[in-house]
Amino acid sequence: MIKEHLPVLQVIIPLIAAPVCMLAYRPKLAWLIATAVSWTAFIIASILLITVRETGTLSYALGGWAAPWGIEYRVDTISAFVLLIVAGISAVTILFARKSVEREIEPDRIYLFYTAWVLCLTGLLGIAITGDVFNLFVFLEISSLSTYALIAFGSDRRALIAAYRYLVMGTIGATFIVIGIGFLYAMTGTLNMLDLAERLPSVSNTRTIAVAFAFMTVGISLKVALFPLHAWLPNAYTYAPSAVSALLAGTASKVGVYILLRFLFTVFGGGFAFDTMVLNGILLVLALLAILSGPLIAVFQTNLKRMLAYSSVAQIGYTVLGVSLASITGLTASIVHLFNHALIKTVLFMALGAVFYRIGSVSITEINGLGRRMPWTMAAFVAGGLSLIGVPMTAGFISKWYLISASLEKGLWPVVVVIIIASLLAVVYVWRVVEAAYFQPAAEKSSTGVTDTVIKGREEAPLGMLIPIWALVAANIYFGLDASLTTGVARQAAETLLGGLSLTVWGG
Amino acid sequence: MLTTTLGLFNYWIVIVLMMLGLYAVIASRNLIKKIIGLNIFQTSVFIFYISMAKLEGGTAPILAEGIPHYANPLPHVLILTAIVVSVATTALGLALILRIREAYDSVEEDEIQRLDE
Repeated sequence: MIKEHLPVLQVIIPLIAAPVCMLAYRPKLAWLIATAVSWTAFIIASILLITVRETGTLSYALGGWAAPWGIEYRVDTISAFVLLIVAGISAVTILFARKSVEREIEPDRIYLFYTAWVLCLTGLLGIAITGDVFNLFVFLEISSLSTYALIAFGSDRRALIAAYRYLVMGTIGATFIVIGIGFLYAMTGTLNMLDLAERLPSVSNTRTIAVAFAFMTVGISLKVALFPLHAWLPNAYTYAPSAVSALLAGTASKVGVYILLRFLFTVFGGGFAFDTMVLNGILLVLALLAILSGPLIAVFQTNLKRMLAYSSVAQIGYTVLGVSLASITGLTASIVHLFNHALIKTVLFMALGAVFYRIGSVSITEINGLGRRMPWTMAAFVAGGLSLIGVPMTAGFISKWYLISASLEKGLWPVVVVIIIASLLAVVYVWRVVEAAYFQPAAEKSSTGVTDTVIKGREEAPLGMLIPIWALVAANIYFGLDASLTTGVARQAAETLLGGLSLTVWGG
Repeated sequence: MLTTTLGLFNYWIVIVLMMLGLYAVIASRNLIKKIIGLNIFQTSVFIFYISMAKLEGGTAPILAEGIPHYANPLPHVLILTAIVVSVATTALGLALILRIREAYDSVEEDEIQRLDE
């Protein structure tokens, strides 16, 4: 009985919980509600993924209005997988957030922080589940607005500027998407994704559709932070509270790529996007530029969060690279990388959050000798770093393996060279942290004024932070050793995206 | 030529407003002016949707005897939602500007940039 309503519960529960969180007022209570909601969402997403894999696509008519007229919630393999990523990352980071937020945000604003968190979760889950393009825009704005607020919670005043810039860029991106949707609606008279997919081919040679496609691609790329539209991302990730950086790195950019996949393959159809509009060439070049420029800038950063943010720009490049190849293996690589990169970046940002919790800084000059002071935290950072580089037996290796084989399938060996060069650059910036943390003597006196005796002893982050960090480290290693689950789901998702449209693969 | 220019005049207004708005967002260095630009930009999209719904000779979408043509109500509803989103964005943007002013004592982008160096 309740099972058939799971698609709507996935979104409704966090949506209703957000005002409850605000009324709760007390920080602990608000956190408890947010945690309960995140875990409920995680459980629902898991059940949905299992159901979809067993019985195929689920369709839920909101309010009982049948599909092309009413809003449809549609769960296929890729939606379910993205739902699982978003809910899972939120469930883990919210555990980490309790201590981290206590340190970084004033007590009387903590309940607002969790309200925004739950709203952000609502928006991200809604984007992944909806089958209606305008509904997608509304959820996109729910998640974006709450994200701007979450970033502005950062303790540095530059967080405000970062949030403001992101607000301006994000709104332009979202408005571009609305313009695109408007053109689509003008030509087809429908907003349902499947209905659009059916009606678009008959009008796809008009200029209106071409313009719609251009507006949407640019708008989504702004949201995804695809090179060269990534300018908002580094500051936003750097100055946001630690828990927010971890959440956003693991979820927001993933959902952005999901929107790209949805529109390119489900709505417009791969044949139109890649054969008529030749988007794959543009995406390929931009992805490669992102892959190279990200680590090149990251290597020179002293603020470690900013370093990770530039690395994220590169990782978005890897994901888009897989999309641009427009093959089953390429899409599988992209979708697997969505999952794996969520695991990797969340670990790294949470480890830095733990460092910030103890020493009040994430500058490379402040972490000297930290390998002895915070052995577990730094070990987790190194494990995450290895996965980021793509060392075998970590999740990151699986992504790179699939990306390289997808490139070779298309005979694009220069792309393979770029991937390897970028991975070597990743070695460089991860190694800078390892060297500072393990091979430099500890500073005489840290910036927070902790005395010498304390520094020599261990000063590990609290267990409430270490457990979620290490849970994700374990996941990184587990999904590196046994990738059958992730690649299986990703391949199935790639096949639905490409296979549903008969004109797709052969043309490319 | 004249019919395309005059007959589609609301779309021309959309284009003009859109470009004005985008220009204001990009070119002005004052944070509040940027938000105003953003508002104009979004408003152009509202007019675009509403123009799209209008049917020549059509009336308000009320089902009644003797009314064969009426405007499409759906874009109106969509734009109501978009207006709410736009108001929320403006409110959040202005709230951020207030806090930026508290922190920097300025709403000029150049000055803020200088203060952070």
